[in-house]
Amino acid sequence: MILTKVQYDEIAQCLVSVPPTRQSLRKLKQRFPSQSQATLLSIFSQEYQKHIKRTHAKHHTLEAIESYYQRYLNGVVKNGAAPVLLELANEVDYAPSLMARIILERFLQEHEETPPSKSVINSMLRDPSQIPDGVLANQVYQCIVNDCCYGPLVDCIKHAIGHEHEVLLRDLLLEKNLSFLDEDQLRAKGYDKTPDFILQVPVAVEGHIIHWIESKASFGDECSHHAYLHDQFWSYWNRFGPGLVIYWYGFIQELDCNRERGILLKACFPTDIVTLCHSIA
Amino acid sequence: MAAVLESLLREEVSVAGTVRWIARSTQSSEHDPGEAAALSSLRPLRKEFVPFLLNFLREQSGRVLPQGPPTPAKAPGASAALPGRPGGPPRGSRGARSQLFPPIELPAAAEAPLARRGGRRRGSGPGPARERGGRGSGGPEEMVGGESLAWTGGRKPRGSGSPGSPTLRRADPPNLSNLEEFPPVGSVPSGPARTKPSRRINPTPVSEERSLSKPKTCFTSPPINCVPSPQPSALDTSPWGLGLPSGCRSLQEEREMLRKERSKQLQQSPTPAHPTPESGSPLPSRTGSHTAEPADPAKVSSCQRLKLVALVYSSCIAENLVPNLFLELFFVLQLLTARRMVAAKDDELEPTQGTLDSLETPLFQSVHDCVFFAVQVLECQFQVLSYLDKGTLKLLAENERLLCFSPALQGRLRAAYEGSAAKVSLVMPSSAQAVSFQPETDNRANFSSDRAFHTFKKQRDVFYEVLREWEDRHEEPGWDFEKGLGSRIRAMMGQLSAACSHSHFVRLFQKQLLQMCQSPCGAGGSVLGEAPDVLSMLGADKLGRLRRLQERLVAPQSSGGPCPPPTFPGCQSFFRDFILSASSFQFNQHLMDSLSLKIRELNSLALPQLEPSDEDGESDVDWQGERRQFAVVLLSLRLLAKFLGFVAFLPYRGPEPPPTRELQDSILALRSQVPPVLDVLTLLQEGLGAHRAVLTVPWLVEFLSFADHIVPLLDYYRSTFALLLHLHRSLVLSKENEGEMCFLNKLLLLAVLGWLFQIPTVPEDLFFLEEGQLDAFEVDPLASEHGLDSMPVVDQQLLYTCCPYIGELRKLLASWVSGSSGRSGGFVRKITPTTTTSLGAQAPQKMQGLQAQLAQAFFHNQPPSLRRTVEFVAERIGSNCVKHIKATLVADLVRQAESLLQEQLMTQGQEVGDPSQLLEILCSRLCPHGAQALAQGREFCQKKSPEAVRALLPEETPAAVLSSAENIAVGLAIEKACAWLSANITALIRREVKAAVSRTLRTQGPEPAVRGERRGCPRACEHHAPLPSHLISEIKDVLSLAVGPRDPEEGVSPEHLEQLLGQLGQTLRCRQFLCPPAEQHLAKCSVELASLLVADQIPILGPPAQCRLERGQVRRLLHMLLSLWEDDFQMPVPLQLLLRPRNVGLLVDTRPREWDLLLFLLQELIERGLMGRTEIEACLGSLQEAQWLGDFAKELATLFKLFLAEPHVPEPQLRACELVQPNRGTVLAQS
Repeated sequence: MILTKVQYDEIAQCLVSVPPTRQSLRKLKQRFPSQSQATLLSIFSQEYQKHIKRTHAKHHTLEAIESYYQRYLNGVVKNGAAPVLLELANEVDYAPSLMARIILERFLQEHEETPPSKSVINSMLRDPSQIPDGVLANQVYQCIVNDCCYGPLVDCIKHAIGHEHEVLLRDLLLEKNLSFLDEDQLRAKGYDKTPDFILQVPVAVEGHIIHWIESKASFGDECSHHAYLHDQFWSYWNRFGPGLVIYWYGFIQELDCNRERGILLKACFPTDIVTLCHSIA
Repeated sequence: MAAVLESLLREEVSVAGTVRWIARSTQSSEHDPGEAAALSSLRPLRKEFVPFLLNFLREQSGRVLPQGPPTPAKAPGASAALPGRPGGPPRGSRGARSQLFPPIELPAAAEAPLARRGGRRRGSGPGPARERGGRGSGGPEEMVGGESLAWTGGRKPRGSGSPGSPTLRRADPPNLSNLEEFPPVGSVPSGPARTKPSRRINPTPVSEERSLSKPKTCFTSPPINCVPSPQPSALDTSPWGLGLPSGCRSLQEEREMLRKERSKQLQQSPTPAHPTPESGSPLPSRTGSHTAEPADPAKVSSCQRLKLVALVYSSCIAENLVPNLFLELFFVLQLLTARRMVAAKDDELEPTQGTLDSLETPLFQSVHDCVFFAVQVLECQFQVLSYLDKGTLKLLAENERLLCFSPALQGRLRAAYEGSAAKVSLVMPSSAQAVSFQPETDNRANFSSDRAFHTFKKQRDVFYEVLREWEDRHEEPGWDFEKGLGSRIRAMMGQLSAACSHSHFVRLFQKQLLQMCQSPCGAGGSVLGEAPDVLSMLGADKLGRLRRLQERLVAPQSSGGPCPPPTFPGCQSFFRDFILSASSFQFNQHLMDSLSLKIRELNSLALPQLEPSDEDGESDVDWQGERRQFAVVLLSLRLLAKFLGFVAFLPYRGPEPPPTRELQDSILALRSQVPPVLDVLTLLQEGLGAHRAVLTVPWLVEFLSFADHIVPLLDYYRSTFALLLHLHRSLVLSKENEGEMCFLNKLLLLAVLGWLFQIPTVPEDLFFLEEGQLDAFEVDPLASEHGLDSMPVVDQQLLYTCCPYIGELRKLLASWVSGSSGRSGGFVRKITPTTTTSLGAQAPQKMQGLQAQLAQAFFHNQPPSLRRTVEFVAERIGSNCVKHIKATLVADLVRQAESLLQEQLMTQGQEVGDPSQLLEILCSRLCPHGAQALAQGREFCQKKSPEAVRALLPEETPAAVLSSAENIAVGLAIEKACAWLSANITALIRREVKAAVSRTLRTQGPEPAVRGERRGCPRACEHHAPLPSHLISEIKDVLSLAVGPRDPEEGVSPEHLEQLLGQLGQTLRCRQFLCPPAEQHLAKCSVELASLLVADQIPILGPPAQCRLERGQVRRLLHMLLSLWEDDFQMPVPLQLLLRPRNVGLLVDTRPREWDLLLFLLQELIERGLMGRTEIEACLGSLQEAQWLGDFAKELATLFKLFLAEPHVPEPQLRACELVQPNRGTVLAQS
């Protein structure tokens, strides 16, 4: 699933202002049958997040919030069972889960004496049955289960995917007999930056020395890769030397340009591994 | 001066006598009374002879047009213009040597004769140079009388603005030490005619260089008392490159000058010159000088005269009376490779040939003379030549002129070449490798606060980000370090508030500096060990890249002529610019502290001492190791000292010396108060005393090369310089006595010292100091037996690495061969990978008493590798012992602390009180156990050390030696370990227990409930279960379908639901990929699913009539869920969600409403013990409080009643429901 920049742009082009719903995903799969679903979902999710980051501010102006809230109220008065909130979100091109958060926050402001804390809101989003208003609880829940890019469920899926791939990688390392220190061990030793795995004995992959491996259960697009480089990969290099990043859902080919510099990209566990030979006569 | 030379030429005095006279004034009379008498009258001039001679030779060679860079000469005074040369054509614009005579057609140049790197004009204010060196010769000069007059008579007064009248000057004998009166031979070529085409003049880098390299400018500033005067811009492009105060000449001006010069050349050139490329490379009329005039021994004009001068000159070189050995060699090779004389001169001088005994006649009348003279000198310098690298020897041996003039010398050189193994390979550049993170020094425990720790974490990343950006961009035209990175660096430095953070950063900085710049041994593979392995792994493209990088790094470095100013080649410039951009006082101070410490540490490193009588091949292997280690230490020291010098003198550095004497005095008074940043004088004295000059002097030179103008005038540093001068004089290469310093060691010291004496800030007259000062220091000759100096620690590789300018000799010769002068890329470059060595263990353990002496004595007669091994083992085992104690004893104590704490928690409930008090109680109980650490540590060392020693020493080591070595290693290891343990064990236990307490107290919170007791996969599980993420996502899809909105065709099949729950069971049982949050969400989703099932809200695929699940199917699915909850989930399932208003509310919309499934579910939950009856009752109770619409509230109340009334019957509630909802009879029947 290594895509060229051109291929990637072609896919990204199709994702402009597509709502993050089940149905959109289904259409996307039909449009690009040759790509794996996971890759498409990852790309979609990242592109959508970029879009949201760009437009986030305009949905959080006081006027916008007020207008959304009024529309919500009007909607539920007419028909509390209709997907008012979800449709509002789709209409204004914003993520349903985030729209739910806006409305919930606004609702609580109105109904509670003290402004709601972030943790209370998060907790209510995780478990909408805690929301004092039954109609709103249903609306929020509907937004959350219908949002495939944001919300507690999606967060959990992402986390689970990340964890699963780390486990997968760990198994592969064990299988290859490569001894390593994992993140928890590193943290216990007081490392300030911790890749998923540090190899206790470095290996060479495709001719490049590797000291550490980072697993990324996502597609490596330009935006996320640059953020990762800045926050993680270079920091690892700064401490442990060159290493390997596995983007399990693929990446844009052109991003694999730091091999000489010490950051190697792969879309799967490497096969060409050279280990240090101890039997030098 | 001339008198002496004249006497010599007339053979009134012998060469030997003269040299004795110059070198050792007191002994000169011992040999030949007549000779002594002849010379004694000249005695006061003695010191001035050498500078005179050097300048004389330079001037004499002025008409020769050698290729290659000119010989910069810094011998003071004595421009010694030859008399009787009237009406010569302007010489200024021709030839590299011509700078001796300021080009007449350039008024600016005439104003300021090309004194060393900056114009000096006679008649400018008094200066220390004049004060010290100049006055003394005033009187005696008169006595020299006529002869002297004859010498000076023809000399044209220089500088039109000179206050001294020509007649007065005539009477004055040359005051050779007076720099103002006798501007030393120009150190810079006149740029336009400079025949060094290979030097690419890339306009942008030049200006960039200047704007960036503030430090360099200080070396290029005009010397003391220089009146800033317009200088020929040719200076700018000199190989000194830095011949100007920064920014005083714009690139535009340079270009302008170049263009003028070029057009001038074009006009003069008989044949049209090649159009010069736009690069600005000064290659005017190269065609003219291309063809070398053949040299013929038969055409030499005055053999005898040339021989004599050559002999005196050679003797001066041999006695180290010249400041810079290699500069002279370079000059001689220039003569050897001279292409032709200025054409006009040849004819003009023809008639004067044959007048041998007068200096009126030019010494070199033709190329033949030059070559003859050069070969004469080279014959005397054969020994030095034979130690040059193989490439240079080859070029020398293949030089046809040399063969023609001295077949004997050629034969010796050929033999030397054939016997030489001194292949000097190129330095391997280390590509940037980061300093690795070491928990021992870098983790949180090493920082004062969390904030400091995290700040430093960020800083490390910023530092490397800056470094990477520099790597990428510093060669881009127009890129500027300060502009590009300055603000980021300063912002980063601004965050280093705590002193502790500064020291951390400085440590990082220094380590990175050593790692990147140490070369050649610091190449890449620090992790994988042997560099060749790394290279083979890296593959060819990497090598190619390395080579390109290499060329970039090395080429500019080596094009600085035979005496380049101190520079920061390659990566070093990054660190320099970083320091400059950071401009942080705290950083500089910490850096100086750290550098000084490291220098002291390395300088005192017990470098092994091999006995000369080591027999066989084994010693060879050892020697290679010794040399390599020495090289690593030496290069590290030089690098550190260079940066120390740079930072230490940075605040005092300015482009120019103080303008007035008063100002200078006040500065001197001020500066003499300031203690030296590092006590180099003592270190030098100790180094000389311990015969470790070969280690100490090279780094000291690097340090001093960055001194500002005032430094050499300070008493402290004057003493240092005096000591160095004394050392220089004592390093006579021809003396090879027992216990004397090795030849190459001497050569290295001569090279670096010679280079130092050419540094602009070092006054010229310093070299020709008063003798009283020279004799003040005497090195103790007794300690010389086993000093480092007498060991062959220096090889050609190291010599050329430390002194790349020696390679200029080879360049010069190569350019002669290639015919195109000075092409720098003319050699086949070869990369020989070198291996990395760590500095090894430096464990100069303190040992006391007789035992220590015995141990020392034991090592004395053993190979040094034994000592190294023992020290290494002791160091490592001692360190491992501490780690072992941490992992065993301390870990046990921590466990005890934890269980004590648990007990405490049990007995006192959650009320444990103040954690710090708790900690005190625990520590008071546990810390006494720390005493065991010493015993355990001792045991550990006793067990481990002998094993290690045995493994590391040769099999053949005699048993007694082995056991002694083992015992010493044990002792040292114990000493080390116990010293640490007894000082730190209590604190260590406290720290660890504290961490454990806070850990335990933290987990006391909500954590344990979530954790629960977790089972792993069943045995033989192959982990083929579906992934949790997949299941969550699948269930989410079902939930979203159920909640809607959905398209009409959307729905799920009952089979799919069943399959989904089956998979959920598998996943929950496998657990391989399951993480707590995933399980939590799965649990929650499964409850939601159950609610939807109960409310019959799941859209089913199929014909429209059949869009609901059958009751049986629902029950089956609910049963599946119940057993998953009961058996497979390992964390609490939020079943109470089932009875939340929102979930129960799902039933509101179902028409007809069915309560039976909910009741069934509740009963099952109780049956299976998943929920308590009271818990459900409570939930139902609160459910009733919610606001419901009319009949729903009633139904709910009935349900509650039913549930309370018929607790134990699983089925009858259906009937009850019917009672509430009579119209549900059909449903009842179905079930």
